[in-house]
Amino acid sequence: MSKHILVVGGGLAGTMVANGLCRRLGNELRAGQVQITLLGTSDRHLYQPALLFVPFGLAGEENLFRSQRQVLDRRVVFHVDPARQIEAVTKKVTTEAGRVFDYDYLILATGSRLMPETVPGMVEGAHWFYDLAGARKLRSALQAFTGGRIVVNINVPHKCPVAPLEMTLMLHDYLTKRGLIDRTTLTYTYPIGRLHALEPVAHWCKPVLEQRGIQSETFFNTEWIDPVNQRITSMEGVTLDYDLLITIPPHAGMEVVSTSNLGRGGWATTDPKTLLHTVHKEIFVIGDTTNIPISKAGSTAHFETETVIANITALIQEGCWSHDYDGKVFCFLETGMEEGTYTWFNYVTPPRLGPPSQMIHWFRLAYNRLYWLSVKGLL
Amino acid sequence: MSERKVVDARDSFCPGPLMELIANIRLIEVGSELELLSKDKGSAEEVPAWLTKVGHQHISTEKRGDHWSIVVKRVK
Repeated sequence: MSKHILVVGGGLAGTMVANGLCRRLGNELRAGQVQITLLGTSDRHLYQPALLFVPFGLAGEENLFRSQRQVLDRRVVFHVDPARQIEAVTKKVTTEAGRVFDYDYLILATGSRLMPETVPGMVEGAHWFYDLAGARKLRSALQAFTGGRIVVNINVPHKCPVAPLEMTLMLHDYLTKRGLIDRTTLTYTYPIGRLHALEPVAHWCKPVLEQRGIQSETFFNTEWIDPVNQRITSMEGVTLDYDLLITIPPHAGMEVVSTSNLGRGGWATTDPKTLLHTVHKEIFVIGDTTNIPISKAGSTAHFETETVIANITALIQEGCWSHDYDGKVFCFLETGMEEGTYTWFNYVTPPRLGPPSQMIHWFRLAYNRLYWLSVKGLL
Repeated sequence: MSERKVVDARDSFCPGPLMELIANIRLIEVGSELELLSKDKGSAEEVPAWLTKVGHQHISTEKRGDHWSIVVKRVK
């Protein structure tokens, strides 16, 4: 009897896992023993990491998108029809359009969403770059900026943990090149008692921020924003004045995860090694959707898909488990407009940070193009 | 009182135990407790310090072998 693999979510994680399964299960697909269906929210696939470059005019919008159908292997049955309800006990998914899909394996890759509306005043008073509309608006604000107080503000939880620091360092270079840095006060706020969640990054960036004259405020979790008087106040009782506020809004998982009782806040409860849902063992969870306490980042999703592809393939072909996920995460870190570095870590190997170089910066820019091969499973 | 939520951040280099606590305390109801597991010795000092700043309650900190168990209560 044919096995049906249903992928819910068409972002990096869902697309990569669907394509990878096609490559590994070619014979089974040809023989009609396996069918792969993907339910997405859009007919366009967005390469999210490039949004960092949009506010500085360094990424053309034509490079951000490809047709989701063209990015997906032709053997994947694709519907732009998001899941509305997941019945894990009966193994059925109902979509927004009312379709009902049965599954043998479900891959939950619904991702995360920005929730600026959960902080009073944030929608009215802040800019962000984690979606295209926000990145465009910030680009306009930066182009009109002539000096003043800029606050870069980070909220919890959020994906791509190095992007806010990259934004701050790139912003400093951008303002320097425009001759505005002497007329600007740049302040970076962070939710915990050091400047970055990754300890080596926090140690590295402290003197870097000081050398560049960037002020910092730790233990800063946003309570509310006063958009009229342009003030941001933290739960810890600190208020900062701003002329331009760049925020990383708090994130949440998708509502379908919560309403289907698969996890609070839209984060599905996930075993950190098997990547199986903690209750429903036919459901694999990948990417931002998990509640695993590791970075929500594209590389996390990438390495998780490798584990899930191997395990579903082994289960179908050999009836056994292949291997567990080791918690691997890799992050590029742009340290300005000309240099970059990187770090990687897993559940047992602590992160380390190499010295920034121009070569790594160029590799990061090259990866912005190589991504389109990576997501197809060719790299 | 609802069941105590456990956040196991023992293998979390990033975002780390305190960030996990900040994210998860919003997901429990006021009056509920959350237990944070951390291998980071800094958590035993950093977490109570943050709780004092924002007004949540520190219930207990206990060393258990290679990790710490820190229980907190959401009070607002």
